[in-house]
Amino acid sequence: MNITNSAEPDVILLVEDNPDDEALTLRALRKNNVKNKVVVARDGAQALDYLFGTGSFAGRDTTVLPQVVFLDLKLPKVDGLSVLRELRADPRTRMLPVVILTSSSEEQDKISGYGLGANSYVRKPVDFEQFIDAIQHLGLYWLILNEALPTRRI
Amino acid sequence: MFGTKTISISRKLTLMNMLVSGTALVLACLAFIVFDVISFREARMRNLSTQAQVIASNTVSALLFDDSQSAHNTLSALQAAPNILSAEIFLPDDQLFASYSRDPSWQSQPPLALKQGQAESSWTENEQMLLVRKIEVDGKTIATVFIRSDMKDLHRRFLRYVLIAGIVLAASLLATLLLSSFVRRAVAQPIIDLSDVAKAVSKDKNYSVRATSTRGPTEVSILFDAFNEMLGQIQSNEIELRNARDTLEQHVIERTAELAAANKELEAFSYSVSHDLRAPLRGIDGFSQALIEDYGDRLDPTGIDYLKRVRSATQHMSHLIDDLLNLSQLTRTEMRREKVDLSALAQTIAEGLQREDPARSVEFVIARHLSIQGDAPLLRIVMVNLIGNAWKYSSAHAHSRIEFGTTQYQNRPAYFVRDDGAGFDPRYADRLFGAFQRLHATNEFPGTGIGLATVQRIILRHGGQVWAEGAIERGATFYFTL
Repeated sequence: MNITNSAEPDVILLVEDNPDDEALTLRALRKNNVKNKVVVARDGAQALDYLFGTGSFAGRDTTVLPQVVFLDLKLPKVDGLSVLRELRADPRTRMLPVVILTSSSEEQDKISGYGLGANSYVRKPVDFEQFIDAIQHLGLYWLILNEALPTRRI
Repeated sequence: MFGTKTISISRKLTLMNMLVSGTALVLACLAFIVFDVISFREARMRNLSTQAQVIASNTVSALLFDDSQSAHNTLSALQAAPNILSAEIFLPDDQLFASYSRDPSWQSQPPLALKQGQAESSWTENEQMLLVRKIEVDGKTIATVFIRSDMKDLHRRFLRYVLIAGIVLAASLLATLLLSSFVRRAVAQPIIDLSDVAKAVSKDKNYSVRATSTRGPTEVSILFDAFNEMLGQIQSNEIELRNARDTLEQHVIERTAELAAANKELEAFSYSVSHDLRAPLRGIDGFSQALIEDYGDRLDPTGIDYLKRVRSATQHMSHLIDDLLNLSQLTRTEMRREKVDLSALAQTIAEGLQREDPARSVEFVIARHLSIQGDAPLLRIVMVNLIGNAWKYSSAHAHSRIEFGTTQYQNRPAYFVRDDGAGFDPRYADRLFGAFQRLHATNEFPGTGIGLATVQRIILRHGGQVWAEGAIERGATFYFTL
């Protein structure tokens, strides 16, 4: 797929606590022939550990950032909006593309999401065919059409 | 002076006191003077009579011996009495026998003769007191003594009395004046105090002040007590009123807090519904689909059909959740009133419906230029639901007519959407607006039963009313006011 000058294949970070949704998202990605490596974080804290190379991800090369983060809002430990807030507060992840992928269609969530600097807000449809459709669009846009920032090495 | 209302009570009291005491004093003085003058004159008369008797007895021998010199000497002793002006002794033939006079130029004149049997007579004349007395020896009158006394000392005495009375009157009036200030303090001052308190109360609305007075007659005390009681009642009324208001405010605060809590709970609930209820549905639908895709070849058509039914039920449930959330959101989003052109809105919706299903033969009759004040997005939802319903429920008819117009309801404009479609049983009209209430089977006319509940909620939020008229297969009319 998309080839950049990064040594690692472009990673998708999926922050999702529901194993069903995780399986379905992975299935939808596979159905859409997205071959990128998908890293799954089961809660907000794990997502932050991965991105900042802390906790169980200590020692990870944090200069290699995912191509896109699919972020659920309702998460254990650290919720999605708090994750987004921390990402936007840190210069390393300030410009990282974050797509909120959630069941919520609450106006307040949308306002907060965009307010904190989300790049997109996508509501997960219940209908699996529509879900596959949505994932396909997301993959097409964020992994192919969208020009990623060149990977910076500090 | 008394009649004028502008005179203060204390001034009136002073004047009245002075008038009363002055009048009493003048009358008393007059009575006393009159009494004194009368008694003084009587005493003088008696004195004169005594002197006449003394002269008479002392001059008998002189008369008998015709010794006028001796009689004259006797009369001269009257010098000691300063008020005696003159004294004469006349013989019965009115011849002057002896005389004495303080004034040398005095010309003696014989007095009027005494009547028979009358020994003595006295009278006043030219401010002089005159007395005539017979001098008798053995019952025979041998001469008459005539004494004149002046009344100058009586006048002096009278003048002195008047002077004293005047001084006493002046002093007593002064005393009255001084006393009346005490009276004023005792009577008028409490009333002045009371009026001051009344003024303060009416000005400051301070009902906690009380009129206080240790002096004053019983009537004033009663007035004070009544006034204070009235103030007390007003004060307690005010306190009660304030307490009631405070309680009411407290209630409002409590209710508002409860309402806010309930609202927050509702929000949390719908948020939870939005998130948590939908996720499992996605799982059911997604894995049913995965089953069909990956294991469809191992299932017979019935199995596939079952899975399709699972998916369709899941999707229906998903729509219900969405509608429920939308409904709850309606009551939470803020309303902004602006001018909304309902006619234009109806036209746009009608055109949209006709574009979606051009095969339908539906005649739209839309009244022009119907505008109202309201929240545009919410009123759009109302119109979409009402016209959409009319469109949906007239779909079984080959040709139908949908009308949007206005009429009068209780002197207010009411708007209506009318169709000639399936209509409804008027017995169940009140169930039309309940959430998830449907009068038609889903396979007859699809829907979740949330549209009219949404309409009603929006209209109620605008402070309006919504109601429906209809009959089975005779169409339905939905009215609303704002």
